[in-house]
Amino acid sequence: MNAAPRRAAILGGNRIPFARRDRTYARASNQDMLTAALDGLVSRFSLQGERMGEVAAGAVLKHSRDFNLTRECVLGSQLASETPAYDVQQACGTGLETVICVANKIALGQVENGIAGGVDTTSDAPIEVNDDLRRLLLDLNRAKSPAARLKLLARLRPGHIVPVIPQNSEPRTGLSMGEHQAISTKRWGITRDEQDAWAVGSHQKLAAAYESGFFADLMTPYLGLERDENLRADASIEGLAKLKPVFGEGPDATMTAGNSTPLSDGASVVLLGSDEWAAERSLPVLARLVDAETAAVDFVHGDEGLLSAPIHAVPRLLERNGLKLQDFDFYELHEAFASQVLMTLKAWAGPLGEIDESKINVNGSSLAAGHPFAATGGRIVATLAKLLHERGSGRGLVSICAAGGQGVTAILEAA
Amino acid sequence: MTTDRYHRFANSPIGGVATKRLGLPRPAELERHEPGRPVVAGPVLLGEAPGGRLGDALLAVLRSIGAHVVVESEPQGEGARYAGLVYDATGIADSTQLQALHRFFAPVVRSLAPSGRLIVLATPPDQAGVPRAQTAQRAIEGFTRSLGKEVRGGATAQLVQVAVGGEHAMESTLRFLLSARSAYVSGQVVRIQPFEGAPPAPADWDRPLDGDIAVVTGAAKGIGAAIAQTLARDGAHVVCADIPAQGEPLSAVANDIGGTSLQLDITDAAAPQRLAEFVRERHGGLDVMVHNAGITKDKTLANMDAARWDAVLDVNLSAQERINDALRDGALHEGGRIVSVSSVSGIAGNRGQANYATSKAGIIGMVEALAPVLRERGQTINAVAPGFIETDMTAAMPVGTREAGRRMNSLAQGGLPVDVAETIAWFAARASAAVTGNVVRVCGQSLIGA
Repeated sequence: MNAAPRRAAILGGNRIPFARRDRTYARASNQDMLTAALDGLVSRFSLQGERMGEVAAGAVLKHSRDFNLTRECVLGSQLASETPAYDVQQACGTGLETVICVANKIALGQVENGIAGGVDTTSDAPIEVNDDLRRLLLDLNRAKSPAARLKLLARLRPGHIVPVIPQNSEPRTGLSMGEHQAISTKRWGITRDEQDAWAVGSHQKLAAAYESGFFADLMTPYLGLERDENLRADASIEGLAKLKPVFGEGPDATMTAGNSTPLSDGASVVLLGSDEWAAERSLPVLARLVDAETAAVDFVHGDEGLLSAPIHAVPRLLERNGLKLQDFDFYELHEAFASQVLMTLKAWAGPLGEIDESKINVNGSSLAAGHPFAATGGRIVATLAKLLHERGSGRGLVSICAAGGQGVTAILEAA
Repeated sequence: MTTDRYHRFANSPIGGVATKRLGLPRPAELERHEPGRPVVAGPVLLGEAPGGRLGDALLAVLRSIGAHVVVESEPQGEGARYAGLVYDATGIADSTQLQALHRFFAPVVRSLAPSGRLIVLATPPDQAGVPRAQTAQRAIEGFTRSLGKEVRGGATAQLVQVAVGGEHAMESTLRFLLSARSAYVSGQVVRIQPFEGAPPAPADWDRPLDGDIAVVTGAAKGIGAAIAQTLARDGAHVVCADIPAQGEPLSAVANDIGGTSLQLDITDAAAPQRLAEFVRERHGGLDVMVHNAGITKDKTLANMDAARWDAVLDVNLSAQERINDALRDGALHEGGRIVSVSSVSGIAGNRGQANYATSKAGIIGMVEALAPVLRERGQTINAVAPGFIETDMTAAMPVGTREAGRRMNSLAQGGLPVDVAETIAWFAARASAAVTGNVVRVCGQSLIGA
């Protein structure tokens, strides 16, 4: 094993365009989408039949039958069936966390290459059996005599037919993510105008990136969809201003469907490797993962916002690497909500100083692209790696907030 | 499998009787290449006009192919069937000597087996010397083109003009023309250029592209996908390129053949550079460039807006020129091959396709213009001109037009995408180093533009 860890190289990525819920990918499963994303990567890098070091991926909304989702996708893909795989789940941080997992194993010399990624569908969502019915069925299974079984069956009620539908809410507070963020938005004094302007900027930048062909080697169309379905190139502040708030209450409510990410479907993957492996395959290194830091906050008891963990993760990450917040050429800040980004910038500004906004999300982000939870990390890492490669030098910061009061952050450096 | 219902009917027991009685065209089942099959399955009858210069070289090639060679002086039993009739006509120096063609072929032409091959080798008229010799050599083309129309059962006829000094560079061409790879090619004239020594022969003739890097544009579907598959079958690593919107089928094609997908809009100003850099970075350059991507936007000229004209010319011709220029800066290896897809429309013209036919005729001009330039680096450029090829596009044609397209050729059927691909694979082989400046039609000797 190497004495000093090497830095994992980011060699490329692939994703399918992100779709809005119940639209183009309405009938595509997590397995379908992640397999498609993997196969697109395989064809781009000619990895057919290749035994990779590992594939790590995950999904936030997952059927119980998909307990081994990533491995199943590998078996259904063009990769060698001998490629090991495992699932990771860290809410919206999943995608970035898988990149960190694979990169760390490469850094330690445990694997020479790997694929990280994530997928999510809000359309083909798991619907659970009513919990009372579930317990009843389990009891039935344990019952020894026909009489006991009959007795249990007599307890069946019409209400048992009502399933449990997954909700985008925090189990410990019962509040949805949007409702949580509405509290923070108010506390940090983020205005409606600021949020709408941020959202419009995201759409315009993403549209421009498509026009310039930026995604030609980062994306493979799927089910006829060629661009992110949520993208509105003609989004305007006037248009967004007409929308009614959906999170928060009263006249102060500022968060609308326009400045919040929509529920979406999609998948993304990132190819990582050691420099040696990359050279062997003649694959140009786009960027390297320098370091990562994950923070979590007590949003249940304390007065921390649910999505405020990046506010804590980034200072720790900077300190460990001897960097200032201003030492970056690109900032990729996941846009769960426009107000989440604006809040984070405001919070960083105090202790860390302000940053040049023109360096943030230069090709747009989740507000425009959509946000299939676990797929966002892969989208961001591949985008940032390509930006750094095109620039030829420099450094980028990734920050992704996640449910459960968590935040995953990372530093990438041009190769 | 062809979607041609009439073809299937004519080859069924009842259909066979019916078409014969009614005097309807009877499209034959064409034999097509499968790796491992012999180049020629039966005996090849070899003849020569006195004074020919190819005799020894021809015999050597046929031996290398493993053909059972029969020479004309040997007495043949009744009912002998030949898989090939090969004749060296380079010795014909006067029109009065053309009778040698008649004397050799007339008695044996009926003995050509189904999917048999009739090949006459001659001298390019402009190299034949005195006017009479030139006249005689030029006359041979009328003979082979007619024989293409006379032979039956899926047999074909070709003229190969071997330049002085090209005698030892015939093998890849004869292998192609004698084999099932040239199933839908007939009535063509192929020219072999002078070549110092012999072109490199592959270790395995079933994999003539082993170790080569090939780029195919428009590879997501139809003919392009068949080209990618065929080049991969012949041993090449294929970079399959197509516009980003075709990324999904493109990826499937690349994965199917163990190639690489490259989403690229060839009309993009940065595309030539991107392509050159991509092959340099990933593969250290390329050996074979196949320009297959093409579009149609049909309208009669008076109804054609500028956008239709401009788009077709840019995709089908100008983009190829820009890419060629970028690749010639070094990405295309010495000895590299460029193959472009022209069209019978480019030769004959076509109503409603002024833009398309102009672009495809331009391809022919490009081949003629670049061939001598590329020769300096041992590189070649050739084009195929497909006729009626069974694709999704032709399946969507009106019945009348489609049937006319299918039947109006010597083989009385449409070709398959693989027929175009096989022809490209022949041009693409390193062993075809002396084959340049050719435009070969893959049209079953279509009447259109003939």
